[in-house]
Amino acid sequence: MAEAQFSVAFAGPLVSLQDAGRPGHLRFGVPASGAMDRRSLALANIAVGRPLGAPVIEVSLGGLTLDCTEGAVSLAITGGGFVIELDGQTVAPWGVLTIRAGQRLVVRRGHWGAWAYLAFAGDLDAPRWLGSASTIAASGLGGGMVKTGGTLKVRDTATLPDRRMPLPVTARPRAHLHVVPGPQTRCFRPEALEALLSGSWHVTPQGDRMGVRLKGPALELGDALQIPSEPILRGSIQVAGDGVATVLMADHQTTGGYPKIATMLDDDLDGFAQLRPGDALDFARLDPDAAVEQARFHAARLEAYFEHAKRAARL
Amino acid sequence: MSADFPRFTPVADHALLVEFAETQDEAAHEAVLALDAALSQAPCPGLREWVPAIVNLLVVFDPRASDHAAIRAHVEGLLGRPRPETAAPRRHEVGVCYDESLAPDLDEVADRAGMSPEAVIAAHLGAEYRVTMYGFAPGYAYLAGIPEALRLDRKTAPVRGVPDGSVIIAGAQCLVTTLTMPTGWWRLGRSPAKILTGDEAAPFLFDVGDRVRFTRLTLDEYHRQTERNHG
Repeated sequence: MAEAQFSVAFAGPLVSLQDAGRPGHLRFGVPASGAMDRRSLALANIAVGRPLGAPVIEVSLGGLTLDCTEGAVSLAITGGGFVIELDGQTVAPWGVLTIRAGQRLVVRRGHWGAWAYLAFAGDLDAPRWLGSASTIAASGLGGGMVKTGGTLKVRDTATLPDRRMPLPVTARPRAHLHVVPGPQTRCFRPEALEALLSGSWHVTPQGDRMGVRLKGPALELGDALQIPSEPILRGSIQVAGDGVATVLMADHQTTGGYPKIATMLDDDLDGFAQLRPGDALDFARLDPDAAVEQARFHAARLEAYFEHAKRAARL
Repeated sequence: MSADFPRFTPVADHALLVEFAETQDEAAHEAVLALDAALSQAPCPGLREWVPAIVNLLVVFDPRASDHAAIRAHVEGLLGRPRPETAAPRRHEVGVCYDESLAPDLDEVADRAGMSPEAVIAAHLGAEYRVTMYGFAPGYAYLAGIPEALRLDRKTAPVRGVPDGSVIIAGAQCLVTTLTMPTGWWRLGRSPAKILTGDEAAPFLFDVGDRVRFTRLTLDEYHRQTERNHG
């Protein structure tokens, strides 16, 4: 069976192997992890005929340079609007290309987006933990970080025709986000929720796969209301004692004692993850029933789009 | 538990927080454990997973198959039933070596507690601990039950690079760490125990509700077991 090998000429911080994640172990302190932008991961895999949740390389704003040292393999690149160069030739992101031994692929930050995804038309060699190759950055459990000087292997490789992929509107960064207040709105001064909803917010550089700190109005806590540590959901907006808001992301701690003023709709999180430091955002409130309605609408639409993308990949 | 509890709070579009108290409370934790057991015996459609903690439990559901009201109704139904017959909690013995080379804070804990280091060790070994929840990182099981005399506030500044397997305490809690990290907790010793077992069928040594006792290891025993478990 054909194989392709790569050496990592350069990897910025936070470049790692990710897949659909390992949900179901929150009670043991294990976050689901997986791609920060799960939609882009799925669309990259679909484009090269792989299962939706297969392991891929998640590239941060730090960028990645891969040298193909053996074999040939096609790959799909999705996610943000990164600059892609194959042997010095610029290639648009959101497309399928083939890399052969002796060629160099450069992926670096472009005009928009914070994460890019590289899915190979083959089986990317990745250690699994609890059935998943998703890397938990803090512990290194799972497939692992991609580091300068490392190597990567893809087994059972295929080559596919080069093609451009459409960039769906839903895969763009999302700056207008929806939240359901709570679960600890009561721990805040009454004006704090209003400040969250009417305030102007920006993404700060203090962000990683665990959480993204925001800059905006101070969200003042009430009278020293301590809460016992409680389970945390990806997308919750946690406020520490300094009044600074952090959105908890893929590798979040599973329990914690800081109050959460509101929690983002799951469908908004992929687009939120693609915002980058300095980008503006705002929050609109939904009640829980409307949020469930939205979740159903988006899930059906996404499933239909995946089917459409699968048909396009087979043509 | 007051009449305000249990309290049900929707979390975004796919979870419901069930709270039994607002502050640490023995009865509330018992209620969490009972609901945890009841959910595993009687799951409902759309249930993805649930996460027990000290006084509350988060239920995560698939919004395509359920909603907050349906999950709440299911939980209320379970709470109305008599507590399910559950097996006695599982008990574990976890070895700790308190040798001074592995216990950088033992002397200071002894000073602050006004006891000798040996008395600190005896107190730590004498207590039975309950796994109240996991958090922070994979395998970080919070063990409640530190005796009153050893309950110290965290250090004012965390110490970096505390190795995995460290047995650390703060307040009423004890923890055996699973990765190298900074911590402001007090380091009493090291354990060779594998909290992340590496066994796919039972990947974690403890579950919430289990009981834990510590046993004392000599430095030799510690090294031998560490070699066997992690070598």
